[in-house]
Amino acid sequence: MELNGADIVVRCLAEEGVDHVFGYPGGAVLYIYDAIFKQDKFKHVLVRHEQAAVHAADAYSRSSNKVGVALVTSGPGVTNAVTGIATAYMDSIPMVVISGQVPSHAIGEDAFQECDTVGITRPCVKHNFLVRDVKDLAETMRRAFYIARTGRPGPVLVDIPKDVTVAHCKFVPRRGDGDIHMRSYSPVVKGHQGQIKKAVQMLLQAERPMVYTGGGVILSDAAPELQRLVELMGAPCTNTLMGLGGFPASDRKFVGMPGMHGTYEANMAMQHCDVLLAIGARFDDRVIGNPKHFAQTPRRIVHIDIDPSSISKRVKVDVPIVGNVKDVLAELIVQYESMLADNPPNAAALAKWWEQVETWRAKDCLKYAQSDELIKPQFVVEKLWEITGGDAFVTSDVGQHQMWAAQYYKFDKPRRWINSGGLGTMGVGLPYAMGVQMANPGSDVAVITGEASIQMNIQELSTCRQYHLSPKVLCLNNRYLGMVRQWQQIDYGSRYSESYMDALPDFVKLVESYGHVGMRIEKTADVEPAIREAFKLKDRLVFLDFITDRTENVWPMVKAGRGLTEMLLGSEDL
Amino acid sequence: MKHVISVLMENEPGALSRVVGLFSARGYNIETLTVAPTEDATLSRLTVVTVGSDDVIEQITKHLNRLVDVVKVVDLTEGAHIERELMLIKVRAVGKEREEMKRMADIFRGRIIDVTDKSYTIELTGVQEKIQAFIDALDRSAILETVRTGVSGIGRGERVLKI
Repeated sequence: MELNGADIVVRCLAEEGVDHVFGYPGGAVLYIYDAIFKQDKFKHVLVRHEQAAVHAADAYSRSSNKVGVALVTSGPGVTNAVTGIATAYMDSIPMVVISGQVPSHAIGEDAFQECDTVGITRPCVKHNFLVRDVKDLAETMRRAFYIARTGRPGPVLVDIPKDVTVAHCKFVPRRGDGDIHMRSYSPVVKGHQGQIKKAVQMLLQAERPMVYTGGGVILSDAAPELQRLVELMGAPCTNTLMGLGGFPASDRKFVGMPGMHGTYEANMAMQHCDVLLAIGARFDDRVIGNPKHFAQTPRRIVHIDIDPSSISKRVKVDVPIVGNVKDVLAELIVQYESMLADNPPNAAALAKWWEQVETWRAKDCLKYAQSDELIKPQFVVEKLWEITGGDAFVTSDVGQHQMWAAQYYKFDKPRRWINSGGLGTMGVGLPYAMGVQMANPGSDVAVITGEASIQMNIQELSTCRQYHLSPKVLCLNNRYLGMVRQWQQIDYGSRYSESYMDALPDFVKLVESYGHVGMRIEKTADVEPAIREAFKLKDRLVFLDFITDRTENVWPMVKAGRGLTEMLLGSEDL
Repeated sequence: MKHVISVLMENEPGALSRVVGLFSARGYNIETLTVAPTEDATLSRLTVVTVGSDDVIEQITKHLNRLVDVVKVVDLTEGAHIERELMLIKVRAVGKEREEMKRMADIFRGRIIDVTDKSYTIELTGVQEKIQAFIDALDRSAILETVRTGVSGIGRGERVLKI
């Protein structure tokens, strides 16, 4: 059958099972939008800024494990999308971004709305393509989806010149499951048997075992396997910011998040274990602090990761296992169970280790001074957790509120906590909520944000109105760029350079003008009733503007460049 | 330490810039870089000479392998291998210098491939050290222009890099 390029794009998206496309039209993609007008396979969501389209597609993927899709026009459409693409790239999110390009004959002539899309996006995509001939279009689209979702996932961009979208060629529907053979790309799935055996032996000999997991467990849907393994080992488990929900936070074996704002018990256990099992995590600077300090305490490390370049990048490991986390864990569990009887772990040592962990936990490092007067931001998150039964999808922006959300909302399930971990992009919260709600209609969605972050994509209140999206936005309003202010207080002699948010809008009036519900909460006693009321308004976006304690800091804290156990537990440690 | 890394990759537009971009983005060095299609026109063979600790070289080869267009990567330095570089050098050749230049070219087994009444252009092939030695052996003021290809490398004996 003969189709034009635009129709081929639409057909390929339908073949991949895409049900939502987030985008914004423009000159170079008009044929594609015309084809979208004539189809009913997927819904197009019109955002108000291309950055938000990409964030929404990203969160759609994070909360569902489907490939997110965004569609933008050439030039500024692409440059606006770059922040979203880089955000997804840093967190390894499978996504396909389709961009329009000026007609082939005009490429390189500095045409209107032209930019070197493939060049600009190259460092922040897993792969990208410029389609030069309509005959290559269908195959390129299929490759894009295959590359995005396999191996270490990531965003893939397909740049399509306008003339390609109107040219015709024969279209052959896809056969099979969409897996493509490429001689230059064959991701590893299964782990090396011998390495897994070595790892199991090491784990069985451990006296102070520790399990440390990251986003890889979430991305490969390996939470059930992780839970089973931790159960078998009886070891303490920590999840990074990207890995929260990988292991149930309500389980006693969970010791909280590690790292710069991790718990005392998680950081101490990371440092003092004798065997560390790292799963789908990459020993990030925010997680282990100074690698030299981390290496001072001897421990053996087993590292499971799908990306060989993540292994021995910052920390030398003893047993590397390259493979898909879910497959490797399944095999590891089988071997662990079969070797367990002949090599029983040292139960007395494990009991002693737990005793030690419990003394660290007894420090209760997340306690904070409650106040009747000022609203404590931590209290707002705790109440949100209580009221939603710990079962909401929670998106956040970036800063103090993000850390409080990660510390005080106890995630029991994967894919519920949606945030920008790697790139740390302010402004993701609201568009993330849009993507999450599109992927999970009927679920409770909360945005934990600050008065600074929310303004970075506040135009999306309009998109939420158009599509009747109803996230509950909890704005922890401290009239400061809180995390910047905290660092300035601690490291820059309290010189609060440009970290004060002046001339804030009246958020209640602002959201009302978009047709949403706004509330301003200034007293501790009003926090709980306000959140309850907001969640009763099922079909409405409710913006809760919490006027919080201005100078609250995030504790514990490991200062940048310091060792993981050099923790400040509160202002008394300054 | 200096490493010679060979990369077999898809002969696609933009593939080379992915390799170069990887080196600059991650702060790795490129000493020399050569690239051309192989006997199979769909594949390009690239040789990159880089300097780094073992850890850095390990990361470089891992990251090269991660590129979707890259088919195979081999660190030639890990085994017996041959390196060659080609230099074209234009030198002043006037009066008694003419005979001297001819003799130098012969000693280094270079070939004079272009002649004017004032200059020679010499083609010289060899390992980097030999090329450098030739340059060092000449009077600097006699050198009018040099152009070097950078190192190409291949494994010794039965070792082959192909798909």
